[in-house]
Amino acid sequence: METLEPVLAAHPFLQGLDPRHLKIIGECASKVNFSAGEFLFREQDEATNFYLINHGRVAVEIFRARRGPVNVQTLREGEAVGWLWFGKPYHWHFDARAVQLTRALALDVKSLMQRCDQDPQLGYELMKRYAHMLAVQFRVAILQLGDMYG
Amino acid sequence: MCSQLTDPMLPTPYQVLKRVRETKDTFTLTLAPVKGGQGFPFAPGQFNMLYIFGVGEVPISISGDPDRPEKLVHTVRAVGAVSRAICGLKKGDTLGVRGPYGVPWPVKAAPGYDVLVIAGGLGLAPVRPAVYHLLARRPEYGNLELIYGARTPEDLVYRRELSLWRGRFDFRVHVTVDAARNGWRGNVGVVPNLIARARFDPEQTMALVCGPGVMMRFTVQELVNRGLKMENIYVSLERNMKCGLGLCGHCQLGPFFVCKDGPVFPYDRVRDWFLMREV
Amino acid sequence: MRPAASNLGDEVVLEAQALQQLLEVLSGRGYQVVGPTLRQGSLVYDRLSSLDDLPRGWGDQQEGGFFRLRPLNEPALFGYGVGQKSWKEFLYPPRRRLWPARQEAHGLQILPPGEDAVKFAFIGVHPCDLHAIAVQDKVFLEGPYLDLHYQARRQSAFILAVNCGHACGTGFCVSMGTGPRASSGFDLALTEILAEARHYLVVTVGSEKGRQVISQLPHRRAQAQELEAAAKVVAQAAGQMGRSLDTTEIKALLYRNYDNPRWDQVAARCLTCGNCTLVCPTCFCHTVEDTSGLTGEQAERWRRWDVCYTVDFSYLHGGSIRATPRSRYRQWLTHKLATWIDQFGVSGCVGCGRCITWCPVAIDITAEVRAIREGERSGARGQGPGARGQGAGISKGTDKSN
Repeated sequence: METLEPVLAAHPFLQGLDPRHLKIIGECASKVNFSAGEFLFREQDEATNFYLINHGRVAVEIFRARRGPVNVQTLREGEAVGWLWFGKPYHWHFDARAVQLTRALALDVKSLMQRCDQDPQLGYELMKRYAHMLAVQFRVAILQLGDMYG
Repeated sequence: MCSQLTDPMLPTPYQVLKRVRETKDTFTLTLAPVKGGQGFPFAPGQFNMLYIFGVGEVPISISGDPDRPEKLVHTVRAVGAVSRAICGLKKGDTLGVRGPYGVPWPVKAAPGYDVLVIAGGLGLAPVRPAVYHLLARRPEYGNLELIYGARTPEDLVYRRELSLWRGRFDFRVHVTVDAARNGWRGNVGVVPNLIARARFDPEQTMALVCGPGVMMRFTVQELVNRGLKMENIYVSLERNMKCGLGLCGHCQLGPFFVCKDGPVFPYDRVRDWFLMREV
Repeated sequence: MRPAASNLGDEVVLEAQALQQLLEVLSGRGYQVVGPTLRQGSLVYDRLSSLDDLPRGWGDQQEGGFFRLRPLNEPALFGYGVGQKSWKEFLYPPRRRLWPARQEAHGLQILPPGEDAVKFAFIGVHPCDLHAIAVQDKVFLEGPYLDLHYQARRQSAFILAVNCGHACGTGFCVSMGTGPRASSGFDLALTEILAEARHYLVVTVGSEKGRQVISQLPHRRAQAQELEAAAKVVAQAAGQMGRSLDTTEIKALLYRNYDNPRWDQVAARCLTCGNCTLVCPTCFCHTVEDTSGLTGEQAERWRRWDVCYTVDFSYLHGGSIRATPRSRYRQWLTHKLATWIDQFGVSGCVGCGRCITWCPVAIDITAEVRAIREGERSGARGQGPGARGQGAGISKGTDKSN
């Protein structure tokens, strides 16, 4: 069977990770493809995956009655979509749709978190990267709120 | 002391040749002198004072091609009494023009460099002459990239031109908006975030940044984080201006008169004043 | 006394009454003669038709927020300091039409402004005001663009300076190096002396124009004791000076104190009325006003003095850059004493004290600078442009913060 470790290692989110940890993450990962217009997930769906995009572009959308979907963010290769859900089943808050043919790695969050609990060093590594990603997302969101082009 | 025979406050009548709607409140006017003639040469980044009969005068960047100065092009957003009146001009109407004023983008010093042109909102208008200049001399520069952001796709100016530029293999164009409705296939996100996608050698890169203050602050920050030297980052600043000559005092930013010491400044020179509030 | 040949730098003596002839000579040479005179209980500069128009026998009393004329017990012609007006209203008028325009069938027509042929003779220019004129020369004549109107009036003006015989109540010219004695920038400079029943003027010839005028008047070479008397008068004024402003590294001091809490304290008192800018003899900021006639066929553009204390002054679509009184007072003071130096190579303050006298709440520029200087010593400072590094907005710091 084809191993996902080289693909995982190439993604910026996991860059520089210990091969031992990459191997563990590989056990939770699967390759997924989305054609243009296809949803990665939809609001209210149960959230199980965290996506690392390898190719393509994903629009995060809010659907508004009468006005249709509003695209509030696009993410592309090298970026990640989703949350590292902790514990109970969660649900997506937004829609995510492939703008063009998109290839990604889907990480099964439930099993990933189990492994993090077993190996706190892996857990800490992942949480550091995750926290940085959230900080960047947060800053972007605040800038957008600021309506800076006045 | 320079010798000067004519009154620099005296505008010359120009006529509207063409008026194009860019967005719901922004228009591009092509002007020519009423008396005929070739107009005047200008450098990318300079501005003119545009006068509307009996209403007033405002500083507006020149946004046409510096290699074709016979066509004077201005893009104006209707935000006040004068700019609204300018936007309401029709073909054949006249207005007063004086200029050009100000320190231009350092395009003459850019050969050999990668050049990042970064604009937000209407900030694309003052850098467009620089883009024309760079593209007309494309082989002289390294990698050339444009990063342009606006609130929504409907707020983008020069859309036809953007798609033409996009079609070039020697010019990478990134466009982003804060939010888009169905049908937009481009980026959604903020300008500073797109810098990560630009290709450049930080040691040999010049950045021309023009847009609202917040956008420039975060953009410059990101450029510095990416290793650009502050003296190679240029920003174009905006202030209240009444004369354009360095005499009326309105455009002061600390020791600088934005009209004559700018509007384009190397960032290292204005940084402290730019970051300070209410100066 | 018969006219004797005089040279530049010569010091001659005129009897006080000869001043009447001086005014006539100047009128005869085509000058509009303006000088100090009393109007409605106040000291102004206006047209002088004879020596009697000068405020003979009047002096002044000035303090923070206070100005009164007071009678002197001697018939001095120049026994007062500076009033609220300054010579800038002649060289750089408060309102001036820039040009008229017409809307015609074929469009807009902008007409050149008419010639401005007026030629002024200024009588009784104090040394601080001579410096103020020199400061405005730098603004209007030495930048990339000239103010042609100012240039015409300035080049044709005749300046009769007067050395100060007593310190004005709010001035601090000694510490600014601008008085009380005129050193240059005049055609003639006089020191008025009333002593031992004599009333005479010791006059320094400062230019060829001044020499020509003097040569038409009865004068003689000044004698040693007359020169001594003149020097004593000026020294006495210098000794009486009640205020001073410590200009030691003042640019750097202010550049590193843009966030000093003192600005909040002064802003709590400042009414942002702008009096200080209007009475200041160097303030040059102006705005333009466009007007149109009722039929819509005619329009005019006017220039008028502007005041950096208004919210409008820094207005840019969406709002004002300097929204708070704190920032506007700070702009005025730091412009005057710090950024001006970067802009024009000189201080924008000549120490005339007008801004102190005419401030309705008696804000004192010298006290504000002192408070900042002393506050810094005791630790209050904050993050000005100079606080971070080399100052002057030219520091090349690195910024790696995220």
